[in-house]
Amino acid sequence: MRAMELPPSLAEWFASRHWSLHPHQHEMLDRADEPALLLIAPTGGGKTLAGFLPTLADISANGHEGLHTLYVSPLKALANDIRRNLRIPIDEAGLPIRVEDRTGDTSQTARKRQRADPPHILLTTPESLALMMSYPDADRTFKGLKRVIVDEIHALAENKRGDQLMLALSRLQTLAPGLRRVGLSATVDDPAAIAHYLARHPDPCPILHADPGPPPDIDILRTDEIPPWAGAGGRYAIPTILSEVKAHKTTLIFHNTRAQAELFFHALWLANEDDLPIGIHHGALAREQRHRVEQAMAAGDLRAIVATSSLDLGIDWGDVDLVIQVGAPKKVKQLVQRIGRANHRYNAPSKARLVPANRFEVIECRAALEAVREGQLDGDLRRDGPRDVLCQHIALVACAGPFRDADLFAEIKTVGVYADLSRAAFDECLDFVATGGYALRAYDRYQRLKEREPGLWSLRDPRAARQIRMNLGTIIDTDTLKVRFRGRGGQPLGEIEEGFAATLTPGETFLMGGQVVRYEGLNQMTVEVSPRPDKEPRIATYIGYKQTFSIQLAERIQQILNDPGRWDALPWHTREWLALQRENSLLPEPGRLLVESFPRDGRHHLCLYGFAGRNAHQTLGLLVTKGMEEAGLDPMGLVATDYAVLIWGLQPVRDVRPFLSHDGVHDALESWLAGNAVMKRTFRAAAVISGLIDRNFPGKRTTGRQATFSSDILYDTLHRYDPDHLMLKITEEEAMRGHIDFGRVDLLLKTVGDRIDQIALDRVSPLSAPLFLEPGRVPIAGKGENRLIEEEAARLMEEAGLGALPA
Amino acid sequence: MRNEHSFTFAGETLVALPSGALWWPEASLLCVSDMHLGKSERMARRGGALLPPYEVRDTLRRLQADLETLDPAAVISLGDAFDDMEAATALDADARDRIAAMIEGRDWTWVTGNHDPAPVAFGGHAAEGLTCGPLSFVHIATRTGRHEVSGHYHPKASLSLRGRHVSRPCFLRDATRLILPAYGTYTGGLRSRDRALSGLMAPDARAILAGQPMVEIPMPR
Repeated sequence: MRAMELPPSLAEWFASRHWSLHPHQHEMLDRADEPALLLIAPTGGGKTLAGFLPTLADISANGHEGLHTLYVSPLKALANDIRRNLRIPIDEAGLPIRVEDRTGDTSQTARKRQRADPPHILLTTPESLALMMSYPDADRTFKGLKRVIVDEIHALAENKRGDQLMLALSRLQTLAPGLRRVGLSATVDDPAAIAHYLARHPDPCPILHADPGPPPDIDILRTDEIPPWAGAGGRYAIPTILSEVKAHKTTLIFHNTRAQAELFFHALWLANEDDLPIGIHHGALAREQRHRVEQAMAAGDLRAIVATSSLDLGIDWGDVDLVIQVGAPKKVKQLVQRIGRANHRYNAPSKARLVPANRFEVIECRAALEAVREGQLDGDLRRDGPRDVLCQHIALVACAGPFRDADLFAEIKTVGVYADLSRAAFDECLDFVATGGYALRAYDRYQRLKEREPGLWSLRDPRAARQIRMNLGTIIDTDTLKVRFRGRGGQPLGEIEEGFAATLTPGETFLMGGQVVRYEGLNQMTVEVSPRPDKEPRIATYIGYKQTFSIQLAERIQQILNDPGRWDALPWHTREWLALQRENSLLPEPGRLLVESFPRDGRHHLCLYGFAGRNAHQTLGLLVTKGMEEAGLDPMGLVATDYAVLIWGLQPVRDVRPFLSHDGVHDALESWLAGNAVMKRTFRAAAVISGLIDRNFPGKRTTGRQATFSSDILYDTLHRYDPDHLMLKITEEEAMRGHIDFGRVDLLLKTVGDRIDQIALDRVSPLSAPLFLEPGRVPIAGKGENRLIEEEAARLMEEAGLGALPA
Repeated sequence: MRNEHSFTFAGETLVALPSGALWWPEASLLCVSDMHLGKSERMARRGGALLPPYEVRDTLRRLQADLETLDPAAVISLGDAFDDMEAATALDADARDRIAAMIEGRDWTWVTGNHDPAPVAFGGHAAEGLTCGPLSFVHIATRTGRHEVSGHYHPKASLSLRGRHVSRPCFLRDATRLILPAYGTYTGGLRSRDRALSGLMAPDARAILAGQPMVEIPMPR
């Protein structure tokens, strides 16, 4: 029995194109009445259409006034793309359905109109939805809503954007009680966890698996060129990559970071003697630039496109027949999804080639490849709902109008990740939003919400809604500045990090959107540039996406390292490199902890190979730096990956063992952690998300005397005067799940015991070299820093000729 | 050695303290600028963020510590002691008592700032500026000032330590001007590179970083 039938005109349109529905698309129609349904399908399986079929069928058969279906995806570009694709069957089959999208790019007038007169299908992002729901007319806008489709839910479920979305859905469910939820997901490790995430708790959520299609054709690209020892760009392989591009119709070339994509594109362009049409696409480029590339791609005008994760998620690129991944994929899942870009014909295998950027990455690629072939995925742990997001949600609910605390609490408990939230934990958040939640209650002005009658809350001053809306969102970005060509109406090019902009002097050149540009100056917080193709660029740094590989991959890498029998699968140069590590140092062994110490660049370095995951390594690093500080060894900083941690300081560490006692790791670290940059960063993010401090808006920053001050001051003040404050509790909660992994460190130290092999080297070891390329360094502020400050001050005075003058 | 920085200005020996206060031993005079007491209260009152309401307590705690260490006969608050007039009247009883106790027995001057007329209700006396020996004290540096001590700008300076940035509130000094950092706990800083400061200070100006450790560097510009 079919719950819904394809509308006849749409059935005819399919027939006229000789298309027939996939079984899972049929089943989506059959099960249109499920309160929640999760579809897991590979890219190219018509997943999105499957999600929309019940909507098309329902509106065609029964008509509908106002908003019928809400489609939410993590990317603006995806909303755009889906609108284009959905219009084709709707227009050509003559269905009476209005589709619009609403993202950060939608104009103010269009937004207003959409709230008053919503389309049948609205395509949006979690942030835009949260914003719509914060207006007092939200109940009218969403009253008749019947379905919500969450696309790429596997990506959203990993982070706070998804948590914010699920809180918004709990509100929607109250406004539109019959609401049906559909989740669309790529292959995931734990479908049940995603289903739990999607459904209204405690409703069940059936899972529908589409035929996964033939296994991908994936391998490491054979190159005549030898990868360098260290380095991240993969530019050595450009000749081979160019000939692959020539041999295929359309090639997608993925990079792990924007800076690498820019450098690679520039080098590729210089080597492109046949003038093949090649484009670049990443999230730091201006919208106009991205649209141009997207359109050229959709029209089939490009032979290759160099891209970052902005293309990871489901954007339809038509006839891609080869995906090249430059640099080792940091997560198996990401690799699988990137492969999914290739070959959208459902029944043909996807073709993908990996290009390791250096010799260590050859091993990483090998490990990732084996994992894909064996169907092993990363196994992300699901977590409890974060409370900073909850604080933001409560404030947004208040923006929409008065609410009852008991109702809101009950509603929040229907969100899977908040199902275990206690009333006391909720009340703390409510109190924080209402009054700041401080132990000191002297000022009656400290009131954002007023309790009008017992249990009924509303904004004290409705004008506060503006500030709350402006700070909406859970993505914490580094501050960036817009880049434009100089002159009136200069073409926008994208964004660069403010920190990088601050290092530029007029006349210097950098890469932006694949072209070399010259820095002219800063005008009203916009970086003005002019084209300068003849110059060598400086490297542009973009928002540094911190990517480390998963613990599963780290373990595989350790297995390969340890088993010379498996080295046969590696190219000769990598085998040679590993042999070199064995000769100059040691290979890490399971059950033992290898520690290398060596000088480099005027610092003493210590590298510990724990293969225990980045968080555990960060904690391990903090433990060691604490010991070093107490022993007067002047630690300066550390950087952690999933397989090792690298620590540097001003004095050599002759014996690391005393610093690695497993007794009371937690207690030992508590006070050291409190003052550490990791905690301060965590605090800042939590404080921005929960609305304690405002986001920085580049255009709005005050000039002249600064009105803002560092969030570190607030952190220190709370520590001193209000140590039980909610914001410090959230910081600790976030640190425990995000950055600090006491449990695993404890386990590692117990397992290893005294089986610690410390080896002193006179230079960087082959295995530690990749750590020097790792972003996300954590500074240690101690006596070592003080010494450097004094030395640098003396040097500067000397240089300025002020040192010798009388004071 | 104590963490402080002595220097000569207008022929007098002055001491920059890590707290951001200026100590003139010869005159037994302590000078602090831009305390901005009541900032969090003012922000909350105006519908802004609800910041931790502890900065009055913290600023006074640090001032008290400086007073106890040095026991000055005279104190100058160099303007913007309160974030605005209403912030001054909204102080809680405890804070008012503490301020009154600090003023007791001292020659205390409130120099008026651009945020606050002088809050003489607490005791002490008000002045738009004053001269003490060779030094003159005003809130905002004047174009023609000579041997002038001022505040207002909240100067800060940064040091680059091979891949690491240290940024701190600072004293700025050249032969004719001395600018104090903001003393208040909730006060941001203005980079010394800003035109407002680099245009004011002579080319050979120096910056003394407050905090730990105190060092003197050529003023970054």
